[in-house]
This record gives sequence, structure tokens and C-alpha cells, in this order.
Amino acid sequence: MLIFWIFAGWVGFCLLPWYGVEKFYSFEWLVDGWPFDADYAPAAVLVAMGQKLWLAPMALALVAPLLVLGRRKTDSIYARVLIAAGAFGFAWLVAQGLGIGLRGLNADWLTALFGPLDDRQFGMGYGALITASAFLFLLTQGIAARGAVNGDVFVTAAIGGVIAVVSIFVFFPIAKMLLAAFATDDGGYSVLGFFPKFLDSRIWGLGCLRGAQCGAAWNSLVLAVLVGVLTTLLGLAFALVLTRSGFRYKRMLRALTVLPIITPPFVIGLAIILLFGLSGTVTTSVAALLGLEPARWVYGLTGILIAQLLAFTPIAFLVLIGVVEGVSPSMEEAAQTLRANRWQTFRTVSWPLMRPGLANAFLLGFIESMADFGNPLVLGGNFDVLSTEIFFAIVGAQYDQSRAAILAVVLLGFTLGAFYLQRFWLGKRNYTTVTGKGDSGVHPAMPAGLAIPVYAVVALWSGFTLVVYGMILYGSVVQLWGVDDTLTFKHYVTAFSLSWGDNGLRWTGSAWDSFWTTMLIASLAAPLTAAVGLITAYLLTRQTFAGKRAFEFGTMLSFAIPGTVIGVAYILAFNVPPIEITGTGLILVISFIFRNMPVGVRAGIASMSQLDKSLDESSLTLGANSWQTFRAVILPLLRPAILAALVYSFVRAMTAISAVIFLVSARYDMATSYIIGRVENNDYGLAIAYSTALIFVMLAAVGLLQLLVGRTQIGRRTSHGEGH
Amino acid sequence: MTAINAKAASVRFENVSKVYGGKVKAVDSINLDVAAGKLVTLLGPSGCGKTTTLRMIAGLEMATSGRILIGDKDVTKLPATDRDVSMVFQSYALFPHMTVMENVSYGLKFSGFDKAETREKALAGLGLVGLTGYGDRLPSELSGGQQQRVAVARALVLEPQVLLFDEPLSNLDAKLRRQVREEIREIQQNLGLTVVYVTHDQEEALAVSDEIVVMRNAAIAQKGTPRDLYEAPADAFVADFIGEANLIPIEITALDGDTATVRIADYTHRLPSRGLPKGAAKLAVRPSRLRLVAGGTAGGTQDGVAAVIDKATYVGSRMEYTVTAAFGTVFAVLDDVVTPFRVGDAVTISFATSGPVLIPAGQTS
Repeated sequence: MLIFWIFAGWVGFCLLPWYGVEKFYSFEWLVDGWPFDADYAPAAVLVAMGQKLWLAPMALALVAPLLVLGRRKTDSIYARVLIAAGAFGFAWLVAQGLGIGLRGLNADWLTALFGPLDDRQFGMGYGALITASAFLFLLTQGIAARGAVNGDVFVTAAIGGVIAVVSIFVFFPIAKMLLAAFATDDGGYSVLGFFPKFLDSRIWGLGCLRGAQCGAAWNSLVLAVLVGVLTTLLGLAFALVLTRSGFRYKRMLRALTVLPIITPPFVIGLAIILLFGLSGTVTTSVAALLGLEPARWVYGLTGILIAQLLAFTPIAFLVLIGVVEGVSPSMEEAAQTLRANRWQTFRTVSWPLMRPGLANAFLLGFIESMADFGNPLVLGGNFDVLSTEIFFAIVGAQYDQSRAAILAVVLLGFTLGAFYLQRFWLGKRNYTTVTGKGDSGVHPAMPAGLAIPVYAVVALWSGFTLVVYGMILYGSVVQLWGVDDTLTFKHYVTAFSLSWGDNGLRWTGSAWDSFWTTMLIASLAAPLTAAVGLITAYLLTRQTFAGKRAFEFGTMLSFAIPGTVIGVAYILAFNVPPIEITGTGLILVISFIFRNMPVGVRAGIASMSQLDKSLDESSLTLGANSWQTFRAVILPLLRPAILAALVYSFVRAMTAISAVIFLVSARYDMATSYIIGRVENNDYGLAIAYSTALIFVMLAAVGLLQLLVGRTQIGRRTSHGEGH
Repeated sequence: MTAINAKAASVRFENVSKVYGGKVKAVDSINLDVAAGKLVTLLGPSGCGKTTTLRMIAGLEMATSGRILIGDKDVTKLPATDRDVSMVFQSYALFPHMTVMENVSYGLKFSGFDKAETREKALAGLGLVGLTGYGDRLPSELSGGQQQRVAVARALVLEPQVLLFDEPLSNLDAKLRRQVREEIREIQQNLGLTVVYVTHDQEEALAVSDEIVVMRNAAIAQKGTPRDLYEAPADAFVADFIGEANLIPIEITALDGDTATVRIADYTHRLPSRGLPKGAAKLAVRPSRLRLVAGGTAGGTQDGVAAVIDKATYVGSRMEYTVTAAFGTVFAVLDDVVTPFRVGDAVTISFATSGPVLIPAGQTS
């Protein structure tokens, strides 16, 4: 391993182009002046030619490890040299990257220190990436050799790797964004300038109490709290019907609740417009019946609320079904034998045991609503919310980065606040009552007083969902909604037509471009998300190391960061060197990985904590190293978690809009942003046809993934006798 | 057929400590020598540090200070993967998604054997534990005893320098336990393996070990052969932990070379002094080494100490009595079930010539 990373470091430093090269994989750069053209030159050549001399010190850090190649791991010099070389190399690489940019030295104090620099550098490329990885892993090998984490090279490398990528792609952009919030118009930073902008009445105004408009912050907060509470209650109703009633068509109900998950969220908003909009079916028929003018009543809080309830209730349901099933039946049976009636049992035992789940479901609904971008855009009317305001601050005529950053800070404040409150409230309370021992009891049925309203709500909601999806299907095959109801496939044809030209098959439909980009990005992001998530979960459940709690918090943090905020932060951070990736497909993949990683982590932790630790240990004592153990023992037993992480990240990458809308480019347009674009042009037919196609594609993809990952047979019994 | 050979090596601990979180001492400066080819048991109550010690040999825990040697090699900082040690876990830790054959071959795959050798060795291992023909089953399709044997075979086929057992019998029922422990001992002796074995069951320890290390509060209380420990415990803790012992407060009144004269109530008795000084001490007597004779001797004679039967229990092969004398209550076992004493009978207690030993008066734990 040591030789490999030293070698990689030298390759990165001496052979590969140090700075970013467009169309790297066409390898045109190889014949186009490499290695002496300054754009394509490796660092070593640049330095040899007397350019970019600040890259030179890294050579030292690459030479040093060569000296210890012959030494044994237990030798203290071995560890010290690797740590020093890796840490120095990495730190220097980061420092020069941040310090020297497009306009020479990046900060006034650096110029004051070193004098003006008459040179500049662009975004780092593969040479820098490989060299940086080499430094990082030399450092972790040094730390491992000093005995950290039992001297395990794989585990220290994994910890170092996860910390590095999370710092670069979560903390760094957020920090950049915070900094941007303090930026003044002339390029400096000012705390005094921050407050007037922060306290702007367009953010915090309370005009709605007097009949005018309220600030976006209040609007978002009210909406998010309503959505959080209502989705939690609806999700709970569904979970109760599934676990605690004699309802016969549970499977159908379950399928119904999954449907919205594979629907791009704003599609629901579109369906709401088709139903209740100015020329919507319901609006026009009611207006005709009562002889009223059709009104735009649905635009605003009501419309967004309905759409978000439909879109996010399934998420709450998925959280709550686990919790409601997790309440051990024997607890409830014990309560009943202690003379509690059904209602008392529910109130005193079942409900309190479900509380942590309810808090989780609320938090999810709250964050999803805060971050949701598509529905407010489609249905918002004059009801401004933070996520759309941020969007207009960046893309609108105003183009005000610092305003966008300030709005993003407010949004982040709300979600982090909710995240913190939830953790504070739950504390260390853990109500999981699944013991792993046989639990033969059955959940008691709901008390009648609860069952009737729950049934009514579930029936209403299910009916409504069916109508909404019917609308979506129907809407995709009518000529022009509300005006011309002739059936037609023309929207599908416009979007997905194929033709035979001189060069064989031609993808002439207008949607193909964004469709294939989306498929490519989603299928790249899904396995990477699952991998990062599961490795993190493995570190959190299986290893102990200093700073583990902070590590866990850091990896879960991106969960509380709304996509809109990530979008803004990425634009601010990755538009300039040292990492210049806006406008590429890479930035989309990366944003998906770190947006969806917490779900992979959670799924991994949940299933890994059910695997006895002695399985790993016996594998280790049988001579497998921790990587082989991870691959041969842990991974095969984790297939359900892998599937969950893959499906989730694939689906999210296909349906996400909030971060994507900031990061797409002409070259890399995603399906969702394309559809939103059609909606803004009032081209509802095409938008809905495209969305319908996406839903079916995702259904197929989920099925295919299930086949690919397969099942691991572990026989009837999975756990052996209990310890004494 | 390929045979499983042993590459037995010794294990040596030099002042090894393990501290958790900077405060809790799980193992406190232990010195230990396990000779090659011997079976050594680590015995002690829960939380005494015996499992931590075992896991430090395996490399699953790293010593905070001190040195660990296997053979002549310093392995203190080597992780489990790189040590030539294998371990049988309390839960067996069979990989549930692999067949018996795959489980047994698992370690061989990482040891540079080709496919044919791996298969041959795995079959030999299964043969050794009497599971030939079970290779295609999943662990979940085996009984507890069979699973246990798979775990042993999986560890054995690697021909480790040291084989570790962490309470391997605790998931088996009582009858199977005796059988499996005999099998383990037989394999160990036939192959000449170095085995370190952790248990909290003193009978199991006495039955299988060449040497027993009794641990208490993160330190070694005493080590020696089973007979040494049973017949000459160093202190009250060991006496009571290995087999039951009555601990009778006595006073050493005179020393004559290696022989001490002790006074128990009014009775005097002579036995080896074991280097104890004059003054208060304790006499450790196994229940079976107490003699009870009918009829009290009021006032005390040369025959023994007067006592009264408090409880009498018939357990089939013998009688168990709780007897109260002036120095306190003792527990005695007698083989005479034909003419037992009854509750309230007056008796005289005396001691067998071999068996009772003097131990320091220090606190019992």
C-alpha cells in the first residue's frame, strides 16, 4: 500500500496535468503540447521550467517517504516521516490552492506578507487530485503505523478519506457561503453591512398581519411547521391502519404511499393546478355550478401546502411505519393484562413509545418543506418563500450573491435549529423495543374512537392521491388542458421521438438530452452515495476512534442542509479555483452524493448494528484484513441496506430539483430543471408527459436494482443462542 | 489425506496493561507465560479482565503498555490480521451467508493456499471435528454443538501458533458441554496445540487445563496446575473461586520449621505453615475434607470442635450439611447417605490430614 501511494504521488506530480483540463478523457492534451504546454504540464515540469515555483516544496514531501521504504512498520521513524510528509504535503497543497487564485494572491494580507505576485493559477486537475490523495493516505498510513485504530491501515484511510471529502464538499462550501453573506459590494467583508441586509423587511416583514405581504422567512417557517405537523399526522394514520387494523388491502395502500416518492415533487404541484388552477377541472365545474368567476385561490399558501402534503406524507409514513412496528407487542400486551383498556394502552404505552419517531418524521417534513423549490415556484403566486427567493436572487435580474447567501443563512438557521431541537428533545432516549428475541405477540387493534377518524383520513387522502395521479396521466395525453380536451400523444412525441436518419438512429425528441444526462448522473451518483454512506456507517458502528461523535455529527449535518442552500454554496465555492467544477456533470454527481449520503449512513447503521461484532472479529483472527472482512462478510450481509441506499439515491437524483436548479448548465441539463423550464413557459402538456415517463422509468429502475443486488441467503435462523 | 499440524508457539506477556478511556483499568500490568503446546485457562468472575487478556493475544485489543510476544516475535503493535492466532468465539461467529465449507475455507483463502489445498485442508479440518459430509449446509441448518465444531474446525485449519477459546461452551447444554470439552482437550493434546482458553466455570477449567490463571480485578490472583490451585490456593479468593471452600478464622500459635500449630476455638491442629507468620490467619477447608463425628464434646477436646447440624440435604450421591460451631457456619459434604445426621444433632468437627490449607487472614473479596 505504501509503495502504491508513493508511486501515485509521483505520477500525480510528474506526469499528469496539474491543472484542470477540459475534456480530459479525450486525451487530446497528450498530443497537444503535453508535457511542456503550461496548460497541460505536470507540476514537476512547471517547476523545472521556472513557473509556479510555489508547487516545488511538495516534491520534498514526496521524497521523504522514499527514505523509509525499507523500514519496518513498527519503527517509530517510519510513522514520523510518513505523518510529517503527508501532513506537510497536504497542508501545503491546500494552502497554495486557497492562497493563489485567478488574480494572483487571494487576500490583501498575503500580498502584504509576500509582496505582489505576478502569476496566477486555475482550478486543480487530476495531477493535483492524485497527489493530494497520495499525501492524505501517506498521512493516514503514518497515523496507522503509530498504532491508531489498532494500526489498521484500511480503517484509518477510510476515516481520513471521509473526513477529507466531507470537509471539502460540505463544510468548505458552507463556510464560503457564510463568508459571502458578509461580503460588501466593493469586494470586501463587513459585519456592519451584514445586519441591515439580514434584517431586511422582505425577509422578516410582518405585513401579512395588516393585510399586506409577510417576509419570506415567516412564510417559510409557517409553511414548514404546518407541513411537518400534518405530514406526521397523516403518516401516522397510514402506519396505524397498516399495523393496527384488520384492513384487507394493505399491500395496495402501501404501494399508494410509495408512489409519491418516485414522483418529482413539483409534479404534484402541476396536478394541483390542473385540478384547482384558474382553468382547472374542479375550479371550472364549481364555478359553473355556483355561477361564480373562477378564482386563483389555490395559488399561495393553500396550494403549496396541499402539494407538499401529498409529496412528503410518504416520507413521514416510511419513518413512522418502522417506529409503529418497532413497538414491541409484548409491551402492549403487558399493558392489557394490567387492566388497561385499548384506549388506555394506546395513550399510555403505544403513543409514548412512538414519540421519537414522531419527532423524526416532523423534522423530515419540516426540512423537506423548507428546501422544496418546485412546488412554491409552480404554485407560490405572491407567497414568497426562502427557497424561491434564493433562486431569484441568483438567477434573476438582481444577481445578488450576497443576498442569496443571506437568505440561505436564514434557511440554514431554521433547519439546523429544528435539527438541534430534535436532538436536544430526544437526547439519549432510545425507545427501540425490538429485542431480537422471538416476539410472538400481535399488535392490538386501534380503539374505536381513534380508528374511525383514522380510517376517514386515510380514505380521503388515498382517494385524493388517486385523483391526482389520474390527472397526471390524463393531463399528459390531452391537447391543451382546459381548452382543448382532445386525446393526443403529441407531447410524448415531442419529448421522445426517434427517427432514422443518414447516421442511423437519431434522438430527435426534445427531452432526450436531459433524460440521458439525468440517467447518467443518477447512475453514477447512486453507487457512489451508497459506498460513501456504507463506509461511513461501518466506521461509526464498527470502529472506535478519537473524535467519533464529531465525525458522526459532521456526516449527518448535510441532512439538515436544504438543497437550495447546497446549490448556492456550491456555486459560490466551486466557481473559482482551487476547485473549479461548476458547469460540469461532476458537480451534480458530487452534490447528490453529499445530499443523499445521510440516508445511506442511516440505512447502513441500522442493519450493521444487527450484525454481531464477533463476525468481524473472527474474520480478522482468521487472517483477513479489515478491507477483506468488509468485503467478504459485512457487505454480503448488508444487501438490504445497499439496496435501500441505491434506490433512494437513484430516485433522489432523478427527482431532485432544489440543488440541481443552481448547478445545471447548458451542457448538463437535468430532467427536472428541463421540466420546470417547460412549466415556466406554460407548456404543461410536455412537462406532464415527461414527468409521467420519468415515473415509469424509476419504477423499472427500482425493479432492476432489486434484481441486481439480489438476496443473501442466511437460512432460517440468523442469530444463535444468547450469551449467558 | 492432508493432516492438520500444529506450529505451536509460546505466548508471553510482559507488564501488559489495558486502560479504557484513560481511566478504567481492564488489565493491570500482567506478566504471563504460556508454554508451547500447553492449554492454559484464564479463569475469573465477570469483569476480571480475562476476556480482554485473550483479545489482546488475538490482536483485537491493543495493549496500552507492556510487550506481548508470540514465539520470539514481538506482536504488541500487530493487528489481528497479521498475527498467527485464531479464535473460537462465544457466539461462534459463523458467517451466516456462507456454507460450512466456505466458513472453514475462509481463513485459508487469505493464507496463500491454492484451491485444491484449501479444499483438502478444510475437509481434513471438518473430519477432525467429526463433521465430514456437512460442508454444503448453512450454519443455520446445524445444531448448536455442530456449529461449535465448525467454529473449532475453522480456527484449526489455519494451524495457528496459538488457538484462543472465548467461553466456547457457554451456549451448550450441560451434557454436551462435558463431551465437547473432552473433544477440545483431545484435539489439543493430539496436535500439540498452544491453547488459551477463557471461562468462568471452574469445573471446566479444572477439567481441561494444563495450567490455570485465576484473575481478579484486572490482575492475576494465582497461576498453577489445577491440582496446585485446588489444593494450595494462595488466598481466600482463589480458595473460594476454585471449588467451594470454608474459610475458618484461626490463630497460629506456634511455628516449628514448616509446621504450624493453630488454634480453632479450643481445638489445636498442626499443618504446613506455608510461610505464614504467627497470629491471625484463615484455614481453607473443602466441604469434602471436613470430618463430622456424632456427639458433641462440650468444652473442647483433642478430637475437634463441638458443633450442631443446622440443615441436612439429601442430594442422592451424598449428604450436604450446614453446621454451626463457635467460629461460625461451615458447609460439609459426607458420603454416608445410609445413616445421615439429622437437624439438631450435636457433632464434632475435625479436619482431614491432607486438604485443609492455611491462607493469610487478609480480606476476602
